[in-house]
Amino acid sequence: MNAHEEDRIKQLFKQAMPPAGDTEPERDLWPAMLRRLDARPAPVPWFDWALAGGLALFAVVFPASIPVFLYYL
Amino acid sequence: MKGEKAMRDGESNVLSSVLDEFRRGDPATFNAAFETLFHVHQRAVYSWVLRIVRNPSAAEDLTVETFWRIYRAHARFDPSRGFEPWARTIATHTALDWLSTQRPETELLIDVAAPPASDPAISAEIRGKTAAAFSRLPPKLRIAAVLAVVEELPHKEVAAALSISITAVKVRVFRALRLLREDLQRQGITP
Repeated sequence: MNAHEEDRIKQLFKQAMPPAGDTEPERDLWPAMLRRLDARPAPVPWFDWALAGGLALFAVVFPASIPVFLYYL
Repeated sequence: MKGEKAMRDGESNVLSSVLDEFRRGDPATFNAAFETLFHVHQRAVYSWVLRIVRNPSAAEDLTVETFWRIYRAHARFDPSRGFEPWARTIATHTALDWLSTQRPETELLIDVAAPPASDPAISAEIRGKTAAAFSRLPPKLRIAAVLAVVEELPHKEVAAALSISITAVKVRVFRALRLLREDLQRQGITP
């Protein structure tokens, strides 16, 4: 791509996508921020706890498997 | 004049103490400091995100998401770097994550408070096809191209926001323009 083509593409690009410039939000976003801060984190599904418990038990019963698990992490 | 300077110095001192309280994360002062920073910087963060995603509704959500990430990462804030550049970097990565989840051509690409295109030789159809081709670019290239070419920001500023080198910005812009040209040529448009 030569300099002329590059300039032409840039011009086309600018025409298709005018600059957004310095724009402010239409509303104060603090209430939405408060809702986000107050939202409780999603609970961990029961099967994740069961899987973690199973892995822990497996590691206790077969300690030699721990390096294998670490290798695949 | 002296009054204005004193006022600016006073504001600067207040913001400096707010930044310190924010970084320390002391429960007694942290929430008030965060609220102050939110109100001082929400416009700048929104404006930055809007430049990248070009969708006012998404930009509002992503501004809140950016401040949520800032809230959680307060301990990593480096006062010597300044709050706004740090917030801008987090906002850029938040916007990048959002762009990566969007399907090409399904998101809204709107002309945000911009004057109408002035070149009569470029038809609405060509502009539409160019915008569509842009939406098909990989998100990392899109961000570099829109900030450097459309918004005409210095490469240094774009590099800081993307946490990459200036050379990497130039490479991404070049690749974006080349892919854009190839896409337009496939659609029968020779730039």
